[in-house]
Amino acid sequence: MRVLGLILIIITSFFFTGIVFRTKSIFSGRKGRSIFQPMNDIWRLMRKGSVYSQTSSFIFRIAPSIYFASVIIAIMLIPFGGQKGIFSFNCDFVFFAYILAVGKFFNIVGALDTGSSFEGMGASREALYSLLAEPAFFILMGSFALLTGYTSFSDIFISIHFGSYISYAIVALAAYILIIIAMVENSRMPVDDPKTHLELTMVHEVMILDNSGFDLGLIFYATNLKFAMYGAILANLFLTPGKEWFLSIPIFVVVQILFAIIVGIIESFIARFRMNHNSQFIFALTSISLIIFLTVLLMVGKFL
Amino acid sequence: MSLSFYFVCITVIFVLLIIFSKESWSGNIALLAVLLNATLSSYIAFNAVLGQPFLEVINGGSIFGDIPIRIDALSGWFILMMNFTVLTGILYGRLYINHYLNKSAGIQMHFISYIINHLSMIGIFCVQNSLAFLYVWEIMSLSSFILVIFEYRKPEALRAGINFLIQSHVCILLLTIGFIWVSSHTNSYDFIAIAQYSASINPAVSFVLFLVFFIGFSIKAGFVPFHTWLPYAHPVAPSHVSGVMSGVLIKLGIFGILRTLLLVNQNYLTIGYFILAVSIISGLYGVILAIIQHDLKKLLAYHSIENIGIIGMGIGLGAIGVGIQSPFLAFAGFAGALLHTLNHSLFKSLLFYGAGNIYQAIHTLNIDSMGGLIKKMPQTAVLFLIAAMAISGLPPFNGFISEFIIYQGFFEGIHLGSITISTVLILSIIALVLIGGLALLCFTKAFGIIFLGQQRKQFDQEISESETSKLLPGYLVVIIILIIGLFPQIFINLLIEPVKLFTGSLIIDFPVLKMTDNLQSVSIVTWSFIVAIAIISIIKKIVVPKDRIISSPTWGCGYVAPNPKMQYTASSYVRTYRKLIAPLLIMNKKEEDIKGVFSSPIHSETHPYDKIEAIFIDLPLRYLNKILAPFRVLQSGYVRHYVLYGVIFIFVILLFSLLNNAWIYLINLLKQI
Repeated sequence: MRVLGLILIIITSFFFTGIVFRTKSIFSGRKGRSIFQPMNDIWRLMRKGSVYSQTSSFIFRIAPSIYFASVIIAIMLIPFGGQKGIFSFNCDFVFFAYILAVGKFFNIVGALDTGSSFEGMGASREALYSLLAEPAFFILMGSFALLTGYTSFSDIFISIHFGSYISYAIVALAAYILIIIAMVENSRMPVDDPKTHLELTMVHEVMILDNSGFDLGLIFYATNLKFAMYGAILANLFLTPGKEWFLSIPIFVVVQILFAIIVGIIESFIARFRMNHNSQFIFALTSISLIIFLTVLLMVGKFL
Repeated sequence: MSLSFYFVCITVIFVLLIIFSKESWSGNIALLAVLLNATLSSYIAFNAVLGQPFLEVINGGSIFGDIPIRIDALSGWFILMMNFTVLTGILYGRLYINHYLNKSAGIQMHFISYIINHLSMIGIFCVQNSLAFLYVWEIMSLSSFILVIFEYRKPEALRAGINFLIQSHVCILLLTIGFIWVSSHTNSYDFIAIAQYSASINPAVSFVLFLVFFIGFSIKAGFVPFHTWLPYAHPVAPSHVSGVMSGVLIKLGIFGILRTLLLVNQNYLTIGYFILAVSIISGLYGVILAIIQHDLKKLLAYHSIENIGIIGMGIGLGAIGVGIQSPFLAFAGFAGALLHTLNHSLFKSLLFYGAGNIYQAIHTLNIDSMGGLIKKMPQTAVLFLIAAMAISGLPPFNGFISEFIIYQGFFEGIHLGSITISTVLILSIIALVLIGGLALLCFTKAFGIIFLGQQRKQFDQEISESETSKLLPGYLVVIIILIIGLFPQIFINLLIEPVKLFTGSLIIDFPVLKMTDNLQSVSIVTWSFIVAIAIISIIKKIVVPKDRIISSPTWGCGYVAPNPKMQYTASSYVRTYRKLIAPLLIMNKKEEDIKGVFSSPIHSETHPYDKIEAIFIDLPLRYLNKILAPFRVLQSGYVRHYVLYGVIFIFVILLFSLLNNAWIYLINLLKQI
């Protein structure tokens, strides 16, 4: 039964970006395409041939596969309600963050491998932004470890109990942080605009300018998976143990859809930041997560 | 006959052999000597790590007294670690030095110092008599000085060497003060006397004693702000020496701090906070400065400071664990620190060997003039990539394992103690995460700019891969890196005995079990990761039709005449980052204005400078120079004057001791009146 989480995340990933696009079209007064259209595009890409730059080496060719594998492994660490993930051990969230970093490492060197100045630019930004977003996630998990006394995803999510009202505040803040981290990690608004048409202002999109065919499909699909993965973490905040599967699966799906709609709304109404404001914005997440940490300190009575 | 005698004998015989043999043979003779010494000492050390300490006492005559040679688990661990790096170092170095044959470069002297350096390091790990320890330490300092100034004809090499020599002796001065302090109270040079003495004194005084040793050893280890010799010494030394220095030599400082922690009796909690604070600053500062370096070896040198910081964080965590009587924290801290010591010696030496290969291929270390080397030197590139990922702490390599162990301690400890501990630990977590992220930024830059893209500068000579025998030591290191990364649980068992020395009465069986279990899971996930990559690659191979894979120029976004100069450089890659942390840096910029409509070529240069060095080293030195300027007259340059000063000095000392009795008589007389 441990694979249930993985299966659900994969299913969600099929329509997640579709919902985001649909939300955006509705807000801009268009009818919008089918929610499975992004998946169709990926499927078509995967069957196409590839063009490789003459400058690039084998690094460029294996980078997308490693990136995709890292996302898959990261998903396998996510629990589902009371159900543990496929892999579960102490401090698995540390491994989670580091395995995603492996993917990012190859994404970045893959971009540098083409020798294109645009892709170097994107790589530089990606490296900096993801490094700035990292502390917030760790402080968040540290706060949960302090609150529950456990240090693994599944134990933490099982034993987070919504006893007092302050817990709700914490969960709300945690959800906010996770959403923003997901936006940063997936290079969406307000940090990066995937629909921009100017290479100079891109972050993630410009890194994959030279990828094509199967590789590009892998990268796009990995983005979908990553969204669904963060959605699953969010859902776990609301899946209290003891619920039957016919309750927890609907909760999971509803949270994912809500998350997708929120992403769509954010993208419809917020403009992209100026590049030099991004770092401040991302690092500000750390201070919000520190507020969570202080609240938890207060809750567990360490101030007394 | 004592065992130590054999070591000295081997070394002396081989030193003589090198002196009386041909220059081209000296590398192989040195290899043999290192191999013999390493095998012999590793055997003893391995037993010690498994729990059978070695002890022998040498009679050092009336000056030294008895010199105890003790190899406990801690010494054993460090000896094993050191032997491996010194061995790969000489395997690499004997070929690296070949480029300098028949140029009267002092190759024999170099290899003699290498052997002696190895012996003296073994000595430092096991000699437990303070006077003898200082002697061995001095031999180590001098021999490594000679190793550093191998290219003594270059003025910067000599300057860096002298900088290193002076800072080593400041370190020795502090150690001497500490040892004399203890022995003047106990009349014994044995290390055990330190433990007995510090147990008998006020904790505050004991802390000061600890501080004297700590500062002394941290000059060697390179903790901020005592790190300034590292970025000078590493770039000028030959690559295998940089590898050994960064991998092993600075760990002597870590060993010293750990030994002091065992000997000087103090409040573990306070010490833990103190070490943690110093280490966080070192770790962050090291990596922050590493990113903006353009000299490859200097970049690696700053990374040594960062990794010393990570090791120190482990030690600090362990000390806090002992302080609050938590076996898991103590185990995670010390085990993480010891494992990271080994890990750092592996990937850092590998990186330096890579840097050596690059240097001998293109004769420059400036990152901005490299590029596209992966096509010319594919094997060096792969070795460098593995080391780069390992040092960034990424799975499936060894750097992740030790950082993961330390992380576990941090997260486990967060809910154990008081608010102070929780806050300190969350700050440490932030620091460790930032260090990891910054290291990733730095090594994507290093690997990406050096090896990928197109060549940025044309060189006169043909660039080619190093010969296989020179890559061999690198492959040896990679094997160990992979074993630690993929089967980490094995190494926990080797760490039990060394950690037990620190945890003392705490029972660590349960933490060991928990950690082994956990690392087992990590090992499984890591393997699955590799399997997943393999599966995806196979699917890709099947799905993508072979005849539809085309090669074409990089997409230039519409621009059709790109050239290598338009690529992102190392400076542009870190520009956003540099702007962010500008307050922490000193950037010396030299820019020229564009003149006229058709300007002639102009140049602009930026040189990063260490702000802490400017404040802690340069500023005091300037004042010192001002104060000492009037005495410059004494430095006449005539030998006869210096002899005269010597004679005057001896005379004054004699007079002083003669007059000593007179003084006492006079004081007594005054008292009587």
